[in-house]
Amino acid sequence: MNRIGERLSTFAFLTLLYGIGFAMRFTASRYPEYRARLREMNLTAQIRVKEGPGRYYEIRYGKVSSRSGIHRNPDVVVTFKTAQLGVRIFTRPDDQLGRVNAAKSFSMTLDGPEEKAIWFMFTLEKLLHVRWRHGIDAGNGEVRYCNMANGGPMFVYVKDGKIVRMTPISFDDKDAQPWSIEARGKVFTPPRKTSLAPHGQNVKSTIYSPDRILYPMKRVDFDPNGERNPENRGVSGYERISWDEALDIVANEIKRQKTEHGPGSIACSHPSHHAWGNIGYYLSALRKFENAVGMTEVHHNPDSWEGWYWGAAHHWGGSMRVGQSETYGTVEDCLKDAEMVVFWSSNPESNSGAYGALEGTVRRQWLNEAGIKLVHIDPYFNDSIQLLGGKWIAPRPTSSPALAIAIAYVWITEGSYDKDYIETHTHGFETWRDYVLGTSDGIPKSPEWQESETGVPASDVRALAREWASKKTYLGAGAWGNGHGGACRNATGIQWARTMVCLIAMQGLGKPGVNMGNLQWGTPLDFNFYFPGYADGGMSGDLAKTSMSVALYQRMPQLPSVNTNTQVIPRMQLPEAIMEGKAEGYAWDGKSIEAQFQKITYPKPGFSPVHMLWKYGGSLIATMPNSNRYINMFRHPNLEFMVNQNIWFEGDTKFADIVLPACTNFERFDISEWAGLGGYAHHGEQQLNHRVITFQHKCIEPLGESKSDFWIFQKICERLGLATYFTEGVGELGWVRRQFEGSDLPKHISWKEFIRRGYFVVPAEKEELRAPLSWNWFYEGRKKDVPEPMPLPSDYTEEYLKGLQTQTGKIEFDCESLKRFDPLSPDRPSIAKYQRPAESPNAKGYEDFPLQLVSPHPRFTFHTQGDGKDSFLNDIPDHRVLVDGYYYWILRIHPEDAAVRGIREHDLVRLYNARGSVICAAKLTHRMLRGVVHAYGSSAVYDPIGEPGNSTDRGGCVNVLSSSRSQIRKAHSMGASCCLIEVEKWSAGEIALPEPEHRAVA
Amino acid sequence: MKKWNLIVDVANCTNCNLCTLANQDEHVGNEFEGYSAPMPKHHHRWIDILSRERGSGPLLDVAYLPVLCQHCDDAPCIEAAENGAVTKRADGIVHIDPVKAKGQKAIADACPYDAVRWNEELQLPQHWFFDAHLLDRGWEEPRCSQVCASGALKAVKVTDEEMAEIKSREALRELKPEAATRPRVHYKNLHRYTHEFIGGTIIRTVDGVSDCVADAGIRLENSGSVVGETVTDAFGEFKIDRLEPDSGPYSVVIEVDGEEAKRLDVELGESVYLGRIDLAA
Repeated sequence: MNRIGERLSTFAFLTLLYGIGFAMRFTASRYPEYRARLREMNLTAQIRVKEGPGRYYEIRYGKVSSRSGIHRNPDVVVTFKTAQLGVRIFTRPDDQLGRVNAAKSFSMTLDGPEEKAIWFMFTLEKLLHVRWRHGIDAGNGEVRYCNMANGGPMFVYVKDGKIVRMTPISFDDKDAQPWSIEARGKVFTPPRKTSLAPHGQNVKSTIYSPDRILYPMKRVDFDPNGERNPENRGVSGYERISWDEALDIVANEIKRQKTEHGPGSIACSHPSHHAWGNIGYYLSALRKFENAVGMTEVHHNPDSWEGWYWGAAHHWGGSMRVGQSETYGTVEDCLKDAEMVVFWSSNPESNSGAYGALEGTVRRQWLNEAGIKLVHIDPYFNDSIQLLGGKWIAPRPTSSPALAIAIAYVWITEGSYDKDYIETHTHGFETWRDYVLGTSDGIPKSPEWQESETGVPASDVRALAREWASKKTYLGAGAWGNGHGGACRNATGIQWARTMVCLIAMQGLGKPGVNMGNLQWGTPLDFNFYFPGYADGGMSGDLAKTSMSVALYQRMPQLPSVNTNTQVIPRMQLPEAIMEGKAEGYAWDGKSIEAQFQKITYPKPGFSPVHMLWKYGGSLIATMPNSNRYINMFRHPNLEFMVNQNIWFEGDTKFADIVLPACTNFERFDISEWAGLGGYAHHGEQQLNHRVITFQHKCIEPLGESKSDFWIFQKICERLGLATYFTEGVGELGWVRRQFEGSDLPKHISWKEFIRRGYFVVPAEKEELRAPLSWNWFYEGRKKDVPEPMPLPSDYTEEYLKGLQTQTGKIEFDCESLKRFDPLSPDRPSIAKYQRPAESPNAKGYEDFPLQLVSPHPRFTFHTQGDGKDSFLNDIPDHRVLVDGYYYWILRIHPEDAAVRGIREHDLVRLYNARGSVICAAKLTHRMLRGVVHAYGSSAVYDPIGEPGNSTDRGGCVNVLSSSRSQIRKAHSMGASCCLIEVEKWSAGEIALPEPEHRAVA
Repeated sequence: MKKWNLIVDVANCTNCNLCTLANQDEHVGNEFEGYSAPMPKHHHRWIDILSRERGSGPLLDVAYLPVLCQHCDDAPCIEAAENGAVTKRADGIVHIDPVKAKGQKAIADACPYDAVRWNEELQLPQHWFFDAHLLDRGWEEPRCSQVCASGALKAVKVTDEEMAEIKSREALRELKPEAATRPRVHYKNLHRYTHEFIGGTIIRTVDGVSDCVADAGIRLENSGSVVGETVTDAFGEFKIDRLEPDSGPYSVVIEVDGEEAKRLDVELGESVYLGRIDLAA
């Protein structure tokens, strides 16, 4: 730049700096919120050109004065290498790439004590934010905001700073019209509104729950500089402390851990969902924090997909969908061409697609309107059978693979499968056929053979096999229909998912009317419209452990983040890792089929064992198998420090040394798409009737002294000198805006309108542009043409986009990947076989525990969300039952099983096995066959009647009873949704039951 | 004059409890002046859902029955109320005045549907009042039907003549006809809760191998006359529904290829699954 240019830039820069001072004063005069902001801190801030001119601002007791020149001793200094850069940054606030580049190249720096520096930057940012108008006047003194939960999007009506109500969103004239499908002479179109899951409609009662943590707390007998008394965790009470005290203790402990033990000693454990929103999410703000501090990752197992990931992926690839099937176009194809749907361990009416509320319900009701026959295979007469009707087949839990293999036996012996398809599209069928027929092992897997395993009459199996072969049939496996939930999570889950692939392959997967699905996924939406899902990493900057690299990184430039601590602990062995100092597992990594063969060993050479645990969000107790192990770990002296950052005082939180109160996502800003998952659930919005993206308004102020997760991380970072890096000088709302700018929203709606209305409905795809039908490309021999960027290019065998991810590019009955990895594996052979699990009725060691307890994903809650907390859900008679003033979890038991044990309706019962015991209330029902009992997993309430971890729980954490045994040895797979127990009538008798400890601090 | 009615389709209710939760969301902690006092947080369920299982595995069904204020045109609670505490609005909605009704437990006791709750703390009878406070502000429907995703609850504002026509067209029934209160809540597929079925599975065992018998004719006779007919499905299953409870002796006649293959006598109390009926045996 020539000298005149430089002078002009300098002039513009100084003029801008003058303008900033003026804007601060003007804004303070007009906006009380800004006036209040300026009163928070006194400081002197300098903005300048490096070795050049500048201007400084003195903020004193809410007043701002500014002067041209360089202050001798400013608190905060913002430096630009050139005036031109300064002008550019200030005049183009949406130039994210420019900002990031300037920061990365150190051309723009922020110096000074971080608390002041960050405060000053946010104060500048607020000049813009304070002008934004949020929400719609709903009359009657109410403002209508928008927000989102796992259970769906909602309008939030607020009056006088209090939430009045939360409703689903009914669309108005401005919102896009929905799609329609013509099939069988009818036109099917969804209603123009959103739906909620029960836990979504329950949210208000959890926000105003008496179990909210309102203040930072310290365990009374924890002294960071003296006696820590870890053995008293879960027993001792808590005292309120200030935020400064809490943050100092935690930050000092981080420093002490790193100094005394070295890298590796701090681990972070989080649930899959703590709150909803792409910025304040675990794969976003928490991940960046985790990376910045360098925490050991507590590595999740593929908890809802187990059998698909460790099993099915070897047959048909799909590792980047955790081994599940593609789903595009299946709603239309099913309605048009299918004649039957087999729901196998598939209860979408209960599981709400995990994120999809009740969107699929209306579509499944169309099945009946269209005259499509339904079959449901599930040991439990589940809610989808209840609503939709059809034939109920009830195999004993964990026996489904035997039933599946017997169906194949009928098809093979009767010649009623697609032989051409087997010839041209699959590999290794003969090996499996020989096993099925018994040629190779002398045991024909006939319908009669399976009867003793499953309890299903052979006649039913033959009838099903013949119906299936004679009709174009959809296989809906798991809650999503393409996997997820259900039988893949029990001890034979891997076997089951593998047999599902074999069955649908034998009927020609991909031909019209023959596919995977139960109408939960596969709606004809617009998949080219970009909005990031939660797994896309938000503000994490993490390209390795989120799906940010798929698209978000280019669209929303940000500083990268990398965790230099590469030590990993398999989550299911976290207790052994802490208490015994060692653990082993295998990776959940979907990049390739082979990625799951990576062995994880803890401790990693050269890293410190873990001595500090950062617990974030929901509870390990109740969601992890054999939960008492986790409780004993919490109380173990090897764990020198445990901090818990949570919204509610429940579960694991009651074992922490320091408790940091987080607010809900209704008390802070965020942004998200409904069921926008990204990553392993690419285009998760396919389970919705409408794509709905919400600006998540801060509807109310955080309750008590609770704070947003972002704020908590920022404040810890300020004490570690990491806050400028963590925040990039941008506040929470600024990050929300960056996400908006990075998406396709600005092409359709202005920011101003978006934050006013709070939501946007993405117009449905034009009929002629709808995504092609999944698997149809494979069936017809075309290149892959569905809109998913998977598998990765190098994973194709012959030609890019041709064939599957498997070695042969075909569906493999005999899996080459397994032969390469472990050809002699006793528990995961290269073909799908049925092996009775170790924990089976009458098996050695289990003689005293004759009942199979099925514990699926809960119906009314989501993980531990919504349960306990004195919420509305507790009043649902099918969720908890009030007995003697206490809300007990429900055990469903067959009336005859109850009668022989002297158990009547709503009697208190003790469920027990060698691992522990739990008190529930009995509900007598014919919805299971004899020998099977049913209680949902994921109670939020852990309430031991004696020593924690070593006594009976009456909160309903049935995972106290489940096994932590991996389904197979060379995996990190949960098989916990079925275990063996005995049940007996129970009364408190002489035991003096403690009052339920509900409240955090009086 | 158009008036409010609620149509409840029992066959579409899946016990998701969204209606109940939405009602709690609306009324717990909220007072709507002139309409309602806050609802207690627990145990009040102005919209309750009863359940009933019929039969046994594998031929089982489970019905859920939403029960809420029926907004009767001849409402016993209006009769029971003193000083005009309960009134009938012109749009058909029964209104309990939250001030005048204080202390009047008789209003709650008078309801034959057990749909008026007694708020012990406030000494107030309370009910699902169709969210009249929202309708009066221009809302198009009450919370419970807005949130219902399975088509179990539908609020309609029509004239009484139009409603009579809908009732006959859709075979809607009253929850308790014997109460004779002329309710404005109408039930579809109520038989799923009130009536019984007889069902079974037809198989045939030949040389030790059993198979389901599809397309077998099933005739149900009562005192010599035919009261129901159906055919078995691919799994050999049949189900004849809408029978009165405790309606006595029936004969189940099974026909294959037009010939009677078997006849079973059933004394019907509640719904019954007859099990696997082997024609070869």
